Order: sequence, then structure tokens, then C-alpha cells
Amino acid sequence: MPTRRVFLRQSALAMVGSGAAPLWLRRVLCAADAPSPRKKILVAVFLRGAADGLNMVVPHAEKSYYEMRPTIAVPRPARGSQDAAIELDGFFGLHPALAPLVPLYQTGHLAILHAAGSPDPTRSHFDAQDYMESGTPGYKAVQSGWLNRALPWERAPLSPVRAVAMGPVLPRSLRGPNASIAVQRLDAFQIRDPEAALQLEAMYRDASDPAMRATGRETFEAMRLLEAVSRQPYQPAGGAEYPRGRFGDSLRQIAQLIRADVGVELAFADVGGWDHHVNEVGRSTSEGLLTLRLRELGQALAALWQDLGDRMRDVAVVTMSEFGRTARENGGRGTDHGHANCMFVLGGRVRGGKVYGKWPGLAPEQLYEGRDLALTTDFRDLLGELVCRHLGNRDLAPVFPGYQPKFPGLLQVPA
Amino acid sequence: MAQRLWLAGVLAGCLAALPVFSARSGPQLSDEEKILHALNRLTFGPRPGEVAQVKSMGLKKWINLQLHPDRIPESPALEARLAPLDTLRMSPEERVANYPPPQVVRAMVEGRVPFPQDPDKRMMIRRLAERFEQTSGKGADDQAKPELAAILTVSERRTLRNAAPEEKVAWLRGLPLEKQDQVLEAMPAGMRRALYPAAPPELRRKIEWVSGPLQVVAADLQEAKLYRVLYSNRQLEQVLVDFWYNHFNVFLNKGADRYMVTSYERDAVRPHVLGKFYDLLLATAQSPAMLFYLDNWQSVDPNREVKLFLAGRTAGKSARRGLNENYARELMELHTLGADGGYTQKDVTEVARCFTGWTIRNPRQGGSFFFNPRMHDPGAKVVLGVQIPAGGGIEDGLRVLEILAHHPATARHISYQLAQRFAADNPPASMVSRMSLTFLEKDGDLREVMKTMLAAPEFWAPETFRAKSKSPLEMVASAVRALDADVDYGFALANQLAQLGEPLYRKQEPTGYSNAGQDWMNSAGLLARMNFALALARNQVPGVRVDQARFGDEGVHLGSPEFQRK
Repeated sequence: MPTRRVFLRQSALAMVGSGAAPLWLRRVLCAADAPSPRKKILVAVFLRGAADGLNMVVPHAEKSYYEMRPTIAVPRPARGSQDAAIELDGFFGLHPALAPLVPLYQTGHLAILHAAGSPDPTRSHFDAQDYMESGTPGYKAVQSGWLNRALPWERAPLSPVRAVAMGPVLPRSLRGPNASIAVQRLDAFQIRDPEAALQLEAMYRDASDPAMRATGRETFEAMRLLEAVSRQPYQPAGGAEYPRGRFGDSLRQIAQLIRADVGVELAFADVGGWDHHVNEVGRSTSEGLLTLRLRELGQALAALWQDLGDRMRDVAVVTMSEFGRTARENGGRGTDHGHANCMFVLGGRVRGGKVYGKWPGLAPEQLYEGRDLALTTDFRDLLGELVCRHLGNRDLAPVFPGYQPKFPGLLQVPA
Repeated sequence: MAQRLWLAGVLAGCLAALPVFSARSGPQLSDEEKILHALNRLTFGPRPGEVAQVKSMGLKKWINLQLHPDRIPESPALEARLAPLDTLRMSPEERVANYPPPQVVRAMVEGRVPFPQDPDKRMMIRRLAERFEQTSGKGADDQAKPELAAILTVSERRTLRNAAPEEKVAWLRGLPLEKQDQVLEAMPAGMRRALYPAAPPELRRKIEWVSGPLQVVAADLQEAKLYRVLYSNRQLEQVLVDFWYNHFNVFLNKGADRYMVTSYERDAVRPHVLGKFYDLLLATAQSPAMLFYLDNWQSVDPNREVKLFLAGRTAGKSARRGLNENYARELMELHTLGADGGYTQKDVTEVARCFTGWTIRNPRQGGSFFFNPRMHDPGAKVVLGVQIPAGGGIEDGLRVLEILAHHPATARHISYQLAQRFAADNPPASMVSRMSLTFLEKDGDLREVMKTMLAAPEFWAPETFRAKSKSPLEMVASAVRALDADVDYGFALANQLAQLGEPLYRKQEPTGYSNAGQDWMNSAGLLARMNFALALARNQVPGVRVDQARFGDEGVHLGSPEFQRK
């Protein structure tokens, strides 16, 4: 049976004409058959709107957690309860809607970092997202994103889908000097009229504006490749079932790209709707807006895990959100903008089954500005560790200018 | 060939839109270029012949007229398109009553809420209620509905399945009203949707109604926006409404806002876009749409215990609610001072305290602003160093708006935003500071600020000419206008726009969409633009007709790099 890779190799070459195959494609296709180690892949997931980390990874052993959240706290772990937190380590529990992630945690493939985030005090979504994506809290002048700068330096030619964001707009994280593309749907990433496509390609090649010229080139190169990738309908492996909706679609297509071996190194997906000022939790934990979002998140990450199977050895997934939410509920069954949050790392060489991070406590005097979970790990410490130990890019100075990450140790040290 | 046609001057007014003029390096723009620049920046793109029209009127006079939209007679083409969209002219209460959500339909049937006056609507709501009745107890997926087979003959069903959309529509319009309703209800959603482009507005609205009355409200809103953008003679006003709505962004799909946004844009934004900034700020601050969107309607003095009757399933339960800072923060960061405007977290909390009690009466019935003293924090506050004495009541919030509207940081922030939208992604500081000065000297008179910008040499500098990338809305609108296309189904065009990355009224974040053109340049957006351009020129966009005999195939031009600039 021809493997997907061979199929792709043939179809992609046929598509561009084997003689005229661009160098990067030939290199990618050859590399896929060569014994050389595969490239590592980092998938970044952004939860936009400030997810409530205290209800995702619940400090159920903290009395003050239940005092400050009389109506929206996730109950302590209890056998047989659908509404209770799922025990992780005797101190923390997982929100029940994240149940699909529990097996990954138990088998050591999921690690959690708590009380992490951006040290900048802003509680503006816009600024905080911008800082987390630029990787430069407090500095707005930096135009590019940390993920773009994280790409290891390589001799050209490079795959046009080396860095891919799922969605209509290229996120700040992926903007920068390295070519990166935004894709809404793999199978729709094409111009249906080939003749017009040729004319347009020529026009963009000659565009006077350099940014437009570059965007044009990336678009047309990626178009050829994705056309080949999506020629066959995608069948997730391992019985993976992605949740319906944009986020599930994003992760499914990221898996499709990874399994097609077309040179993806960075992928970015985001999911909005976490800004739960009201009705975050309904009458019970299994109701309310947060549960809906978490169910989608847990199912999608678990599906990606199943779908990629052995490939997860080369793939690390990290989640982030611009800041956490107030430790106290606000009375509208919601929470307001807070400070530190939790982050997940899945796959790769993660040393999972553990909640990392120094826990600052939730007693009134331990709270940041008297209201929020305090921060004990800078998000750049974890991202830096991923860039260095997973992607193999040791030069972190350009990735996080002015900051030296102190690795929290979620990943094995490469041999 | 197409290029030559274009060059031949069929689009005489758009001639200057060609690359010919873009590689210029002269010290000053020519008169023709100035006119084109004005049309690119102050309208949604030149229509054929428009450069010549402005030339014969004189650019100064034209600009002055655009700054006084009430002196410009409105286009009959626009008015004809807006006429059938009755939700535009209703109050939020009327919108809820005439296009009710399921819970209000139920309340009408149970006699808790009166039916609307209009006998047709009354009948349609009864039919809707019957369908709810039949579906109650069943999942949403297996809705009980009449079978087409039960109500139509074999040949009628064949027409419905195989005929051209125009034939189907003609046949449907020939049916008695009640039967028409039955057929529409029985049709699968996809089959119904396929009728839209061929259906006249009345039938289209009925089809939308069958899918859910609320959809009519959302469709009217988006269609009206596009019709104004495409056909209004008061172009600058439309650009400004787009700018200011985006500045005071509200997300249409957030709960009760679905019924409020139409009035918000009409009553809070549109009347003030060339007026005083304070009036605009006050109107948005007291609009149910904004109070709901940024949660201020639920913000309560945390020291008070208030029995509240929340909507929905928590109805009747008492809940203790606290201060909600969301509006206070965005008010300063986005609406007035700007993120670097020099306020602190303490200021945010104090401003939030000032606005406690600014709430909404009956949000689920459309809602109206009211001040509830029982929710208000009566204590003294300090905002940006200004003492606000205890016991001010509603005056606290008004005082805050007064302070913010006249703050130098606000003058700078607003001027920067306007300059970024109209002039350049990184607007020259000299121009922004002159605009700020006008803002402060003229009491936030936005027409005067616009005049200062339009008098600035920086605005007319060669570096500014064709130096901004279009937003998706600007791209779509300018393409339709350049081809003088006839749009009679705006909703299809609105869907295209969503594909390009700018769904109308549905930017979830309070930041609104970016004013910087460069933020829109990415491969997914670019690809969608090119495909839209090709489809538009070949008459493949539903509800949009281009005279191909007149224009040839301009698809490649509309998708070209030059056309993405303005």
C-alpha cells in the first residue's frame, strides 16, 4: 500500500511538474524518505479572552478558593460526581469538562504549569495578548512575534508552510521575518481559475510594495503545496474525533499537515470566547459558558493526540491565555480580568503527569494586588524551554529580547 | 484585452487607479491625483466617472459638501434598497415584538406578552409557535415539520427540486400566502437558502423569518450597511460611521445585543460622527448595546446586597453581584485616553464605581437606559486625580465622561486613530498633534478635527498617496463600486466579506478591527480577495450583477496588488 508520503510526493511533484519542482519541495520530499531525524514541530494554542485557570486546574486543597468562589467553584474531587474536579495530585484537580485529557496526564504525556503568565500588570485583553504574542511584555515597539522568531535558522530553500496559522488573519505571534501563512481551510486554499492564477502570480511578483510582494509569493507557493495535500479527503487516525467548530477544524487540519510531511515546523491555532464576566458557571459545574469552551478544548487536544499517534514524539503542543481571572467571583457568576494563569504542554519529550510551578497560595495577602493569582513563572520561561529543548533553537536572545528564560524543566533534556 | 478595455477609458473616472500613477516620485500630487486620493480615502472607492465629476465641481467644494452630509440629497438607488428593511426604523422593543426570539414567541402564546399589531406578523408568529409546540420535547435535530410530499403534487415537487431559482421563485410567489408559508417551512434549509439571490426582498425576508425571525434583524443590519457603503451619496458619512462604530465596537452576537445594535448605530453613532466627541461618548455610554456588551448594566456597588432578577434560568433567584470593571477599562483604554493615556488600575476601579447603576431596563425586551440608584456606589471617588464628591448619583458617570472627553490624552488618541484610518498606518506626528490641538481648542468638534486633517500637507503628500492597504470592507466595496455593480442581495456580499476576514458587526473584541492596512495583508486574506475579485467580475457572486458587456473581465485587475491599495 502506498504510504501517504509517497502519494504526496507523487502528487506534489506532478502538480508542479517534476522537472520544475522548487528546491524546497524536492528537499522536503527527499528528507521524508531519508533516515535523518524528522523536524520537531511546535503547536501553539492561544485561548483568547483570558481563560479562568483557577477553574481549569483547580486548587481544591485551598480553602480560600472555595471561600472566594461561593457559587462558581469546581467542587472537590468526589467519586461518581460529574460536577467535581478530577483528582490530579492531591492538591490540584482538573475541571470535569477536561476529562479527555486525564489519560494523557496519567500516562505522563501532559504537564501543567500553574501560576504562570506575563509579568506585565496590564489587564487589557488587547495589550496582554499583544505582549504575549510579541514575547516582549511591556515593550510595544517590537513588530514581530516570538513564534516567528523561534524558527531555527536554516539554509534556504524552505517549505512555504513551515509556519502556519489556522484562521483568516495572521496572528501577531507569527508575524516577522520568517515566511509564515494563515490558512482558513486547506482544501479551499486555491484560485479556481489556473490562468488567472498565473496572471495574478506574475503581478504580485512585480508588486511595488515589498510586503505585498512577499505575501503574494508565500500565498502562491503554499497554494501549490496545499492543493497536493488536500487532494484526498482527510481521515483522522486512531479513531480521533475532533469537536465540531472552528477550533476542532483548526487542530484537525494541523494534524493533516503534520501527517503529510510537508515541512511544517510551527502551527498556531486560537480559540476565543473565554472572557466570562457573567454566567461563567451555571447552576452546576457541568453548565455554563466555561464548561462549553473547556469541553471543546479537551476534546480537540485529545483528538489531535490520538490522530498523530507516534508522531506526537516530534510534536509539542502548548496552550496560553493572555492573563488569568480574579480569584474572587464577581457576583454575576463570573470573574473579571486577573493576572497569572495555567499553561498546558502536551507531547514531545514532556515529563508529564505533574503540575509544575511554585504555588503562591490564595490567602488574601498572597494575592497579586489583593485580587488575583500571583505569578511565579514567566511564560517566556516555558516557551523558551520549548524553543530550546524541543525545537532545538539554542539562541534565545532574539526570541525573547532582553530576557533570559529560566527553564521550569517540563521537558527532558535532549541527549 | 481586459487591461486595454480598462485603459480605453470605459472606466474613465477610475483611470487614475492604474499602476501608471503609482510609481510617481514628484514633489506634489497633480490635481487629478488629489481627486483620486480624496475619493480613495474619503469614500469607499471611486465609481466610473466620479473623478471627472469631482473635477468639474472642484475638489474643495466636494470635500466641504462631504463634511456636511445633510446638504447632499440621498441616492434614490439607496432609498429603494433600504425601504423594505423595516427593522432599521423600529425601536428595539418593536424589533423584539415583531421579530421575536423563541422565548418571546412562547410568552406571546401564553398571553404574557401582547402580539404585534400587524395581522400578517401575528399570523406568522402563531405558525412559529405551532412549530415550537410540535418540536418541544424533541431534539433540535429532528424538528417536526410538514413534509413536502404531503403538501405538493409530484410535478410541483419536481419544479422545486430541478427548476432554475427564478422559476422556483415565480412559482412560490404564485401560491396563496398560507401555502407559501407551509412550503417554505417544509423545505430543507439548504434549498431555502438557494432561493435567496433570486427572491425579491419581501420573499427573502420571509425565508429568513422561517429560519428564525432574529435572522431578519441581523440580515437587515448588514445589508443596510453594505447598501449605504455602496450607494450612498454621503460617502464620507458612511466611512465615518464605519470608523466610529468600530471605535466604539459592539459585538452583534452577544445575547440581547442582537436586537440593540441596529438602534445603537442609528441613534448613538450616526448622528454624532461630525458632531462633538462628548455627545458621541455620552450616547454610546448610555446605549443599552454598549451597557450590555461591556457588562456595565450588571455592575453593582459591591457593598450593597441587591435582589436581582436575572434573565433566563436564574430568574427569580437572588444573586449578589459586584463591581464589573469591563466598561470602565475599555472606556479609558479604547474609547478615550488610549492604552498609554496615563491611568492606573486604581482609576479603572474608581471609574467603574462611578458607573455603577448605569443599567438597562428590560434588556430582553429591547431595553432602555436607566440609572438605578439602588445599584450605585454613593461614596466619594478620585478619577485621574479629580475629586468626585459622595452622593453624586448619575452625575458621577457624567462627570467622568466630561473629564475623559476633554483630556489631552483623548485628543491625541482620537486624532491618532482618525489619522491612521484616513492618512497612513503610521501617521506623521506633526499632523496628529495639529489635529489634537483642534480637538482641544474646538471642544472635541469632530468636523473641525477632520478639517484640520484634510488641510494638512501631510495628508496630500506623495508618500501618503496609494500608500495604504484596503481593509476587506474597503476592498469589496471599492470593487463593486468600480464596476458599478447592481447589488440587490446584500447578505451574500456580507458573507463574502466574512470570508475575507471582516464579518460585519461581529468583531468579538472591543478593540474593533485594525485601522492599519498592513494588518490585513496575509495569505488567507489575499487568497480570498483574489477569488472574490474573479467571482465578482464574472457575475458569480450571488445577488450582485455586473454589466459584463460594459466592463469585460476585470477580475485579475481587481485581485491585483495595485487594487489592494488606496
